[in-house]
Amino acid sequence: MTQTTPEAATPNAATAKAPAGKPKTLKEGYIPPKERLFAPGHRGCAGCAELLAARLVIEAAGPNTIIANNTGCLEVTTTPYPESSWGVPWIHSLFENAAAVASGIEAALIAQGKKEGINIIAQGGDGSTVDIGLGLISGMMERGHDILYVCYDNEAYMNTGVQRSGATPFCASTTTSPSGELSFGNMRPKKPMPEIMAAHGIPYSATASAAYPRDLQKKVKKALSIKGPKYLHVHVPCPTGWYAESADTIKIGRLAVETGLFPIYEIENGVVTNVMKPKKRPPVEDYLRTQNRFKHLFSKEGGAEVVKQIQAIADKNAQRLGLDSK
Amino acid sequence: MADKLNESAVTEPSSSPATKTGAWRSQRPVVDLDKCIKCYICIDLCPEGAISALPEKGGVQVDYDYCKGCGICASECPQKAYTMAPEEK
Amino acid sequence: MMPRKTVVEGSMAVAEAVRLCRPQVISAYPITPQTHIVEDLSKMVADGELRCEFVNTESEFAAASVVLGASAAGVRTYTATTSQGLFLMFEVLYNIAGSRLPINLTCANRAVSAPINIWNDQQDSVSLRDAGWLQLYCEDAQEIHDFQPIAFKVAEDPRVRLPIMTMMDGFVLTHTYEPVELMDQELVDSYLPAYKPVVKLDVAHPLTFGAFAQPNTYHEIRYMLNRAVMGAKPKIAAAFKEFNETFGRDYAPFMEEYRSEDADVLVLSLGSVCGTIKDAVDELRTEGQKVGLVKLRMHRPLPKAELRKALDRASVVAVVEKDISMGQEGIIATDVKSAFAGHDGPTVLSYVAGLGGRDVPVPDVKKVFKEAAAWKGRQAPDDPIWLGLNTGIIPEVQ
Repeated sequence: MTQTTPEAATPNAATAKAPAGKPKTLKEGYIPPKERLFAPGHRGCAGCAELLAARLVIEAAGPNTIIANNTGCLEVTTTPYPESSWGVPWIHSLFENAAAVASGIEAALIAQGKKEGINIIAQGGDGSTVDIGLGLISGMMERGHDILYVCYDNEAYMNTGVQRSGATPFCASTTTSPSGELSFGNMRPKKPMPEIMAAHGIPYSATASAAYPRDLQKKVKKALSIKGPKYLHVHVPCPTGWYAESADTIKIGRLAVETGLFPIYEIENGVVTNVMKPKKRPPVEDYLRTQNRFKHLFSKEGGAEVVKQIQAIADKNAQRLGLDSK
Repeated sequence: MADKLNESAVTEPSSSPATKTGAWRSQRPVVDLDKCIKCYICIDLCPEGAISALPEKGGVQVDYDYCKGCGICASECPQKAYTMAPEEK
Repeated sequence: MMPRKTVVEGSMAVAEAVRLCRPQVISAYPITPQTHIVEDLSKMVADGELRCEFVNTESEFAAASVVLGASAAGVRTYTATTSQGLFLMFEVLYNIAGSRLPINLTCANRAVSAPINIWNDQQDSVSLRDAGWLQLYCEDAQEIHDFQPIAFKVAEDPRVRLPIMTMMDGFVLTHTYEPVELMDQELVDSYLPAYKPVVKLDVAHPLTFGAFAQPNTYHEIRYMLNRAVMGAKPKIAAAFKEFNETFGRDYAPFMEEYRSEDADVLVLSLGSVCGTIKDAVDELRTEGQKVGLVKLRMHRPLPKAELRKALDRASVVAVVEKDISMGQEGIIATDVKSAFAGHDGPTVLSYVAGLGGRDVPVPDVKKVFKEAAAWKGRQAPDDPIWLGLNTGIIPEVQ
């Protein structure tokens, strides 16, 4: 790997007009890649919504942020030694312990009298969050640390090859819950993580999606303004693991929300608020047909019955959250 | 790799730009600035952060050093201002 | 500055020493027989005698992860555990060493499950010898008290940057009372200055910790870890020397030699059982037997040259230890044999003793010296010798 100065190499350097002041966000102007809070050059798949969401999160949180990150796609693609995409202090320890590592970071900052004005974020994928790391996140929430936990939910253990997790939706095909002669795929519903977190009595638990980037960033800022433990569950479609087109990543994410399969809402001090209500709620089939992980539902005998069951899940969410009401 | 390791094996921040992931591309987004309404949705949705605003509300620009050609910008632009063109060899 | 000589419970000797070292973050999970240590520290925090962040976690795995995060954020950290708790920390401990974080951990040595047993042996800490942690064993409450500032000082040395474990036998030392000369705060402060990390998580100077190292660098990074562990040896010696000068003690860093100068049969052992072995040596010496004890203090890094020097004079060395590598022999015995590989040396015997809190009384130790003498000039057996085995309750092989 040869080091070249990006400014000299990029076409932007030759053609870009210099902005007035130094831009703080990409919407203000070009920021040299090496000065970014989340730098390009990471090894994420083309169209990866998890890396998109991670960029949006840290850009919303700002430079006074320390991140503890679980093992997974996000960690592996952003930190192949000796490169790192992170422009903030960042630590990866093990697969499941970001919540505890973050708890230690918070304790250290408090011990040094340096906690004021510093955001601490613990983050990981759905596998490390709802499965192997659940106990540690629960401990962090119970102890009341001033930490935001962000879960990037692509609904399987993607980094290791698309194996099912507790967040894999009903009847999705994964490599350890494949559809087959005797199977419609993963026969279990998604673990209700935002509710489990809210049940700890934390002030803020919410869902968001990479398909709604401004809502996601607003929620990050809102969460970080609240003192205490916070939880943000972000839906991040994975074109690689869901067997879909990379260009459709955002469209798929939008359909997940609009159909009611991944509803967007907040739980503030135990009360559901700010439910995002779609103008029209499309049938789940519109969503399922965009991804080959549900392909078997449209080719296997009995598939139509399963689609009805998935519709029932969406309908139940709609009823619970009032998605269809004005 | 000529650079020596450091004793604690820590890495320098924002050093990933050394890898020009634009080389992965098989198609590239080309923006028609006349159609661009500066909604900046493409900037928000680029997983690489490869799109940024041009000064004086001039539109948007793509950093082809890092664009992987995923096509999200072209897919999501409300004005269909992007076309995905095959990458020249 | 009058030394405070007082009778304290072994656990309090540790807690008081840790308090004097001014840790900034402590995180722990309770497990017998470590509990009194963390209870004592909690009370000190509650009474304002120890100003630190004390994080009670939901498991040892979490406790180890909390001190990892705190250490990475640049503060002095401490934890304590034993047995199952140490094993639950297993992957975190390897991660801590690989991340070069100077965490201090006290292990209240206890047997491991299955079957479950809460009493003393050393299987737990010996099983972590490969991780890259520095490891020191203590014989009594004074040692475990004194070794705390030594541990922090060595670990935090910028040329070392390694985690360190100090061992005390569970119940035998944690729950008994001994006279201990407690260190003076001013002296501890002069010996152990504030921790200054080389690198840390800091928004003023962002860095990435825990990168993904591929085959082109992992091999070398692990080489550097081993190099650091080996390189800690002179730093440990220097830290002990400075401690002795500051506090008026007399510790030899790697091992203590007891009446071994002219010994023909030596026992090598670790931990509190060495007190019993010294009694046996004294009794046999009155009978004219040329026997002695080498008490191993530092197990990692393994002081091979020093072991050769201390043991070479004997014809037979019986390694008496409270652990075993199943399918092999006592782990310390294997290490001692490795120190002599390729060299001429004594016959080294492996004795497995005292598992699960089984008492090792003086008569048993005297038996070891007597039996060992019979192995002079002979090749050691492949299998270990089990001390004090009650064959009456063992069924025949099926």
